Amino acid sequence: MNNAPTAGRYSLKRYLGGYVLALLLTAIPFGLAATAALPRHSVLIAVGAAALAQVLVHLRCFLHLGLRTTAPERLLAIAFAAVLILIMIGGSLWIMFNLHYRMWV
Amino acid sequence: MEMRILGRLTAADALPLYSWVAIGGAVVTILGFLAIIGTITWLGKWRYVWTEWLTSLDHKRIGILYVMLALVMLLRGFVDAIMMRAQQAFALNSGGYLPPEHFDQIFSSHGTIMVFFMAMPFLTGLINIIVPQQIGARDVAFPFMNSVSLWLTAAGAGLVLISLVVGRFSTAGWTGYPPYSGAGYNPGVGVDYWIWAIQVSGIGSTLSGINFIVTILKRRAPGMKLMRMPLFCWTTLASSILMVFAFPALTVTTALLALDRIFDMHFFTNTDGGNLMNYINLFWIWGHPEVYILILPAFGIYSGVVSTFAAKRLFGYKSLVYATMAIALLSFTVWLHHFFTMGASAGVNAFFGVATMVIAVPTGVKVFDWLMTLFRGRITFHPSMLWTLGFIVTFTIGGMTGVLLALPPADYLMHNSTFLVAHFHNMLIPGALFGYLAGYMYWFPKAFGFTLDERWGKRAFWCWISGFYLAFMPLYMLGFMGMARRMERYDVAAWQPPLVIAALGAAVILAGIACLVIQLIASIRTRERRRDLTGDPWDGRTLEWLTASPPAPYNFAVLPQVRDIDALHEMKRRGAVYERPERYEDILLPRNTGAGVLIGGFAFVFGFSAVWHIWWAAAAALLALLAAAAARSFCDRTEFRLSASEIQQIEERRLRQLAGEEAL
Ligand code: HEM
Ligand SMILES: [Cu+2]
Repeated sequence: MNNAPTAGRYSLKRYLGGYVLALLLTAIPFGLAATAALPRHSVLIAVGAAALAQVLVHLRCFLHLGLRTTAPERLLAIAFAAVLILIMIGGSLWIMFNLHYRMWV
Repeated sequence: MEMRILGRLTAADALPLYSWVAIGGAVVTILGFLAIIGTITWLGKWRYVWTEWLTSLDHKRIGILYVMLALVMLLRGFVDAIMMRAQQAFALNSGGYLPPEHFDQIFSSHGTIMVFFMAMPFLTGLINIIVPQQIGARDVAFPFMNSVSLWLTAAGAGLVLISLVVGRFSTAGWTGYPPYSGAGYNPGVGVDYWIWAIQVSGIGSTLSGINFIVTILKRRAPGMKLMRMPLFCWTTLASSILMVFAFPALTVTTALLALDRIFDMHFFTNTDGGNLMNYINLFWIWGHPEVYILILPAFGIYSGVVSTFAAKRLFGYKSLVYATMAIALLSFTVWLHHFFTMGASAGVNAFFGVATMVIAVPTGVKVFDWLMTLFRGRITFHPSMLWTLGFIVTFTIGGMTGVLLALPPADYLMHNSTFLVAHFHNMLIPGALFGYLAGYMYWFPKAFGFTLDERWGKRAFWCWISGFYLAFMPLYMLGFMGMARRMERYDVAAWQPPLVIAALGAAVILAGIACLVIQLIASIRTRERRRDLTGDPWDGRTLEWLTASPPAPYNFAVLPQVRDIDALHEMKRRGAVYERPERYEDILLPRNTGAGVLIGGFAFVFGFSAVWHIWWAAAAALLALLAAAAARSFCDRTEFRLSASEIQQIEERRLRQLAGEEAL
């Protein structure tokens, strides 16, 4: 029906590259949390950043998302999901840090 | 530690011997169950029930089962409600007839049942029956997943029902806030019943949402552009998007609470770095969109009913579509209004207060659109129209009290009072339940081939609406008089008169429920007189009225060509309905399967075992569930072919019937 390319058309290189990146992005936060090499605050930020990068790696290397290669309505759906996730997570962080500030600082 | 085969399940803990009322509830539940089993056995209908209904993948049958589940749970939820009303009418300076522990279970189960096991299955059932027909499709996108959703929902409902017989239900309210719902304060099985009932059915709801989105986006008939879809399809799409994005939040939140309770983690404890406010935050990230999941489909039903029974095209179709989508998006931006009193800073509270008031704007747009559709229409006062008119007036009142509550300073006074209880019932009863009942009376002939008695339908409406005002207007007053919600007893004499009026209101609603039961029985008895031979009893305007009543398994022998918003109305104007096609073609239909029932059954065993900490059984059930799902995915013969000649026979019979009807 639609002409979505099948997985066979993608190079093994991209899958393997994605795999290595995903492993790295998993190892880094675990390592940081286990060794406490950085101050607590920086660890939290690093874990968050690694998670975000992980999402992008998955979308790009495994789901083959590309700004030009993917149909616009799919991009729209992903953008919509991103907005909602941003609202939920961003809103939660805003609310909970605001509460933390008022209770403990 | 001693290992026990049955976890913490012992006869002493399990049996409801703590109050006579609880024993009575258990007996009624068991008798009801036996009555259903007994009736089917007595009629010798097990094979029929199993092959035609329980294992069916036909979206119409699955939908009907959903609605039946919803109606049963409505009865159970209402029994809870009238018990609470009776308790509060008497409990001035006395314990009434319910011990506190039992009263707390009742409001918890009432809220849980009404939201998860009455409203959700009701709307899912109506969507299942109607939406594929409205977009000119032959089934939903994933018929087997549809059956899995149904049986997961039923498994969740089963867990709530069995908690009345084996053990107890939660006393932590339908929201299950920690720390009270944590293991420290609530070591029994009640909260676990609540958690697993919600987990199991919540996954079913997520799957339903996915199914409806894909159906609407991929299965529309030729010419059915998005902007030609009936409004019910639009509100279903919006509601399904909310299901897919909001329900995971609930699943995660209750899963974290389960981890706290079982493995002594501390996501939401007071100590060890936990934060109970984060539970409340996460719960309402799901909770507020949930309100719109319940209400939007009803909005779609009202839109269809208004247009059909005013015999007019819907006024402001585009504005209704945009308003629906705006509500869907905005509903994700207001959740903090459920916990203004947490004490966030003025900036946070102001943001969420204003966002809440903004939602009232698209909702107001809709109300004006419905009014303008009615204006100068040729109105037929079918019961569905009465539910709609009652909704427009009553919902507007509830909306205004909502805007009041959206002001943080006002909310500080009203929070957790009966004013809030009045407000959300004022939204949910007219805004959701009346809509489902309107849909039930409107589409009943489509599902079963005969109409419902209109006199009893109208009586039901008048009892419900007057009972509603009697039961809930006093609660607004009581809120101003300082009465908190969830009170088992009180010592303020001035509260009693309004509470007695509220109890009378519940009695009037009971009469309304009796009318609904009588309507159903009387209509079944006189069904031969009320056959719907055309498939179009109300001079409908949308495609579901083009099919036979009840529709053939494939709905449409030939997919319709859509040229207009009111697709069927436009065909009628062109004189292009019920045309004999040049030739018929074979149609592939999903084959029945018991796998859905099996998966639901395993989910039930899993939930029950997890509640009682029977871990070996929980693990076995989970494995069996996964194995059943995997085995099904290897099945290649999931469809069967209905041949063109069989289809021709069915369709010719229908065309003859239509011709005979015209001759009369
Ligand atoms: C049919 C008539 C109904 C009556 C007479 C009724 C009555 C009540 C009563 C007396 C309470 C307890 C109020 C308190 O805490 O003081 C209650 C709570 C509640 N009701 Fe209803 N109700 C009805 C229908 C519904 C419906 C249709 C829904 C939802 C779709 C619903 C959802 C709830 C919820 C969520 C709660 C809060 C439970 C809690 O406190 O945890 N009710 N209702
Ligand atoms: Cu809300």
